[in-house]
This record gives sequence, structure tokens and C-alpha cells, in this order.
Amino acid sequence: MHGIGRYFIFLGNLFIKREPANTYLKQIMEECIKVGIDSIIIVTIVSTFIGAVTCIQTAFNLVSPLIPRYVISLVVRDMTLLELAPTITAIVLAGKVGSNIAGELGTMRISEQVDALEVMGINSVSFLALPKIIACVIMFPMLVILAGFLAIMGGYLAGTLTGVITPQDYIYGIRADFQEFNVFFALIKSFAFAFLVSSISSFKGYNTSGGALEVGQSSTSAVTNSCIAILVADYLLAELLL
Amino acid sequence: MIEFKNIKKSFDGKDVLHGLDSKFLPGRTNLIIGSSGTGKSVLLKCMVGLLEPDEGSVLYDGRDFTHASRNVRRDIRRDIGMLFQGAALFDSKTVEQNVLFPLNVLTDMPKDEKLDRVNFVLKRVGLENVNQKMPSEISGGMKKRVGIARAIVNNSKYLYCDEPNSGLDPQTAILIDALIKEITEEFNITTVVVTHDMNSVMEHGDYIIYMYDGRKLWEGDNTQILDTTVPELQDFIFSSKLVRSMKKMENIK
Repeated sequence: MHGIGRYFIFLGNLFIKREPANTYLKQIMEECIKVGIDSIIIVTIVSTFIGAVTCIQTAFNLVSPLIPRYVISLVVRDMTLLELAPTITAIVLAGKVGSNIAGELGTMRISEQVDALEVMGINSVSFLALPKIIACVIMFPMLVILAGFLAIMGGYLAGTLTGVITPQDYIYGIRADFQEFNVFFALIKSFAFAFLVSSISSFKGYNTSGGALEVGQSSTSAVTNSCIAILVADYLLAELLL
Repeated sequence: MIEFKNIKKSFDGKDVLHGLDSKFLPGRTNLIIGSSGTGKSVLLKCMVGLLEPDEGSVLYDGRDFTHASRNVRRDIRRDIGMLFQGAALFDSKTVEQNVLFPLNVLTDMPKDEKLDRVNFVLKRVGLENVNQKMPSEISGGMKKRVGIARAIVNNSKYLYCDEPNSGLDPQTAILIDALIKEITEEFNITTVVVTHDMNSVMEHGDYIIYMYDGRKLWEGDNTQILDTTVPELQDFIFSSKLVRSMKKMENIK
């Protein structure tokens, strides 16, 4: 409970007496590049293969001749939009971006760079963490949209190249019974996950004390806590919105 | 002028500072000396607001820093420069960007004026043609110089130095000490240096307080320190063979 309380105080400090907004613009742009552009390759690889695997495994399980083949792509689409694109992308990014944030802030803390900011009269919490959180909230949804598209493409390639579904059936299934809310739901999730990953990782990194060993521990703790928070939020959002 | 009154601080029930009082005047190199674990760094952190004292207050030119509102504290902090033990330069920024940083964040100066100021302070601390180097590409002594440049670039009125010559060779340490003293006198800054280096004490101690077990046991200047009658301070200063020899020669004279 003590840790949760400190986390909420940390969140409060993000917005109290921060520097003028223009101070953050350059930092937010730099963070967007680190969080977004630098994560495109890993998101591309993971989402394409996840779509491909979902397609093949769904086809493997749908053995009844009564079920039309286009259901395979319908399942790939809904699985991707509702769960795989936002959640798996967030978990992958918790590992990549979350550990990076915690490591960077932890190193700044132990090498007194955070103290240097405080002595200058700068709110170090908002100066260091806010641009990272804003960048994640901007970039995660874009990465989730990319992941959703690539997962469906991965399913198409795997399904059609192995012959488990025809291109016409796949495209028909992608369009069948489409609910726009599923896209909206994926985006809501991505915003929530972005905030959780970036704020938890910033909190863990910012509160590092000790030396190099503790920086490593903070990074590990940031990733594990972010993953748990993602799964809990995933369940709560599903209960609330579906 | 920096003044602190009845500063007390404890951690987990253990008293670390037992009601300290002192005044540091501008244009002088004020030293806080003492063995490791006597509370020097805790006192320094209380003075710059990185730690909150349990009791007492720190005053900057009469302005109460400890009990001030967040805005007043922020204003006072903008007059404070600090050189950290490890220089605490921002790893991801070049030397120029490090020194430029306080001006970028805290002032509305035009870009050309900021760059002129950065070049002036870098030149003043003896660094030229290193503007585009990263902190990892420069030596420990140069890092300290950049740290000093960053601390004074915003025309700071108060300069804190936490063990400025730790990790430096004796020759570089002397140069850094001399630089701090020159800057203090040139810009009439109130400088507070935490150190346990006896060479700094003897060379630059305009005003010295000696701390022992969280208490101020002695105060004076570098001309008086060798004649101290405080046993703990005698143990501290005469633990160095060099200082023992100095004292011996003084007695012979």
C-alpha cells in the first residue's frame, strides 16, 4: 500500500509546478522517436507472426465442414483487434520501452543528475517523466494500429500461402460482421496501457537508490509491474466496456 | 549570505545533525570539513533543499528557505549553483548543451546571448574547443570544470561544491580549488565547499567549520586551524603526515 501511495504522489507531482509547456516540446519529440520509431521493427516482427500463428491455429481447430472458412479470418480480426494488438504490443513495449525508461531515470538518479535538476529549481518529476508519458500516450496507439494491420496481413500471408484459406474467403471474413467499436476499444486499451507502462517505469526508475545493481533491479521491477498492471487493466476494461 | 539556525536531522530515530548554526559570507570560500559520516553531506543537502531538516531553518540573504512556499523556494533555488561530487553532467548532452541547460530552462534570453554566456563561462573555467564533446569523452578534471561552468552560468549568488576534488590527481585538485576560489572572489559568490582534503583547507579556507558526530566543534580560518586545541580536530588534521610536518616547521620557526 505504501508503494501505491507513493506512486499516486508521484503522479500528482507530474503536474504540480511544472516548467512552461514549450520546455517539453523538444523532449516530447525526442521521446516519440525513441518510443515510436525505434519500436517499429520489434512491433512489426511480433505482430506479423502473431497474426500468422493465430490464423494457422484457428484453421487447425476449425475442422467442422459446417463452419465456413471465412470464420478463420473473422477470428484473426477480432482476436487481433480486441486482444492481441493492444495487449501483446503493450507487453512487448513494457519490455523494451519500460526497461529503457527505468534504466535511464535510475542511472540519472544514482549519478546525481536528478539532484542537479532539483537544485536548479526544476520539478524533476515532471521534467523527466512527463515527456516520456506523453510520448508513450501518443505513440502506443499508433503502434497498436500498425500491429493490428500487420497481424491481419500476417494472417493473410500465412493462411493463403499454406492454402488453409483462399484470399477471397480471408478478405470476406475480415469484412464480415465488423464492429467499429472493436477498433475504438483497442485504442482505449492502448491509451491506458501506454500510461501504465510509462508511469510505472518512470516511478520505478525515479525512485532508484544505490548503485548499478539497483538500476538493474528497477528495470526488472518496472517490466514485471507494468506487465501485471497491463493484465489487470485489460481485464477491467473488458468487464467495463464489452 | 547563507545562514542556518539550529538545524536538526535524524534518520530512523538516529540523530545525524544536532542543532547546527553558522553564517557563510559572500566572496569567501567557506569550508565544511570533517571525517566521513559526520553529517557534512546531510547538512549540505538540507541547505539546498534535497533533504528537509526536522528542525531549524536555512536563510539566503535573510529569506527563509526551509519554511518558504514552493514558489519562493523555486526562486531561491534559481540563485543556487552546485558542483556535485561526480559532476552530475547530463550524459546525453554535449558540454555546451550541459552548460546551456539552466539558461534554456530558466531564462528567456535570446539564443545568441545564451551561447555567448556559455562560451564566456567555459573560457573562464579554462575550457575551450570542447563544446561539442560528450561528458564521456572528457577527463574527470574537465567534468568538474564543466560542472562549475554550469553552476555559475545563470549568475548564481550561492555556489555549493560537494567534495570538488575527490577522484582527481593532486595537481588537478589544486587547480579546481584555485578556480573555485577565484570565481568566488571575482563574482562575489557565497561559496560553501564540503571537503576533507587538508590541502584545500590550508590553501583556501577563508572560513572553516569542523563537524564531528553531527555537531560543530570548531570554527575559524586556515591561519588558526593548526593551533586548535580541540582534540577531535587535531586528530583530523594531523592524521596527514604532510600537515604534521607543516606544524613541526611552524613550531621550529
